[in-house]
Amino acid sequence: MTCAVTIELTTEPLDPSVLLQRIADPDCGAQLLFLGCTRKTTGDRTTDRLTYQAYDAMARAELQQLADQATAQWPLRHLALQHRLGVVAVGEASVAVAASSPHRRAVMEAVPWLMDRLKETVPIWKQETYSDGSTEWVHP
Amino acid sequence: MTTVNPEIRILLFAAAAEIAGTDQLQLPLEHPTSTLSGQQLFAAITSACPELAELLPSCRLAVDGKFAALADEVPPQSELALIPPVSGG
Repeated sequence: MTCAVTIELTTEPLDPSVLLQRIADPDCGAQLLFLGCTRKTTGDRTTDRLTYQAYDAMARAELQQLADQATAQWPLRHLALQHRLGVVAVGEASVAVAASSPHRRAVMEAVPWLMDRLKETVPIWKQETYSDGSTEWVHP
Repeated sequence: MTTVNPEIRILLFAAAAEIAGTDQLQLPLEHPTSTLSGQQLFAAITSACPELAELLPSCRLAVDGKFAALADEVPPQSELALIPPVSGG
């Protein structure tokens, strides 16, 4: 069975209800949405906001490649990958992975795998702006 | 007859763009050649922009939107990009 995949880079806020609608399917008993959000504190520093930049064409291609690998490995019916670019305030989502499959094992394995791989291979970068006004490109 | 481009352009992002003060580098090639390795390209980047020397070892090279090994030849007229450590998500 093929998987319906959507991949998006957007400057708009990510909308969980849209993502859940995308993966909803009466044949999919398992529907999983992960949101990665800007966290307020890192160590002893307070984040004011994150700003994301992408090498757009390559980021889309790498996300597509991850989607292809995931759908080859797991019986997913729907998969949505979204990354927000530009400013993402504390508490707001920068990345979303939504997947559905008939049974839960596939999504419980695929979603963490996709997040791990996304953070290793996709040419997107985040810049911290701390509460003291200083900025730095995060070097993971 | 192939005309060799005496300059090569490489896209910069994130920390690399901030350090270099630009989102693309035009690199003059000292010995224009029809073949150039990723390693030679990185050496040329360091010559043109010594401030990038510290960041460079942690960077990858992308050729036409795909990661390339530094040992690989860089095809002429390809789109080149310097990829600092990624930090999406």
